[in-house]
Amino acid sequence: MARFTWFHKLASPPHCYAIAGRCLPWLAWPALVLIVIGMYGGLLRAPADYQQGEAFRIIYIHAPSAWLSLLGYTTMAVAAAVGLIWRMKLAHALAAATAPVGASFALLCLITGSLWGRPMWGAYWAWDARLTTELILLFLYLGYMALRASFDDVGRADRASAVLALVGVINIPIIHFSVYWWNSLHQGSTVLRAGGPAMPASMLWPLLVSFAGFTCLFATIVAIRLRGEILMRERQASWWSSMDSRGAMADE
Amino acid sequence: MNDFWSMGGYGGYVWSAYGLAVLVIGWNVVAAHRYWRRGEELARRRLAAGREMRP
Repeated sequence: MARFTWFHKLASPPHCYAIAGRCLPWLAWPALVLIVIGMYGGLLRAPADYQQGEAFRIIYIHAPSAWLSLLGYTTMAVAAAVGLIWRMKLAHALAAATAPVGASFALLCLITGSLWGRPMWGAYWAWDARLTTELILLFLYLGYMALRASFDDVGRADRASAVLALVGVINIPIIHFSVYWWNSLHQGSTVLRAGGPAMPASMLWPLLVSFAGFTCLFATIVAIRLRGEILMRERQASWWSSMDSRGAMADE
Repeated sequence: MNDFWSMGGYGGYVWSAYGLAVLVIGWNVVAAHRYWRRGEELARRRLAAGREMRP
């Protein structure tokens, strides 16, 4: 059982606040470096696509945004489940901190998809299965945040929004498989597909680096928001006054 | 250099997408930082109020 003590420690606001603070430089710097390398590779090193020409370079923004919109909602739903089952308040705090970040990447995914769709499909928008389910994901994020904001009591807001997060998670596999289940304008999976990625290595490596960089960026932003969320919720934050700006206790 | 910016005639779409990404990322970082600062301010006020209430 001793090996699970780290998990129990995470339920402690001071401990979680400190860990999030210590992780920040280890997430933010790799995020910056990887995104710069990914953009350099995507814009300058990768060759133009034989069908889509230079317009395909939108993929280096669009695909990581789509990934983060799904990752954000999955994180939110898992945290909501942990919060409901084990009554861990920090899990609800994590879900609340993740929602606006995930929503912004869902919006970015939809708009960059529209900007890519216009020259390729001849339209900014089509009521296609992939586009529609991603739009539903954005509405789920907005609904989650609106529901939280409608309660004065944090505990009730946590429980009600957790139920919505759990109900909405069914949309995640639907988004992923929508291009296979229905006739779709949207192309199938480029990286996660049977038989390996459908891209040459010269196009693939900047995409993988961008995925890694955007994921680190997402974790950085969520960690900062989580620290804020912990402080907002703590009625007795005397522990906070004994920490330095990186979250270390003064006597450590 | 012009070829790079024109992106084979798709420059408007490509650079709009990248510009928007910079805006969304920038907003996320600034908003998260402000949220954390607001939490700190709230904690500071609670601490001060707690000290005043003590006899």
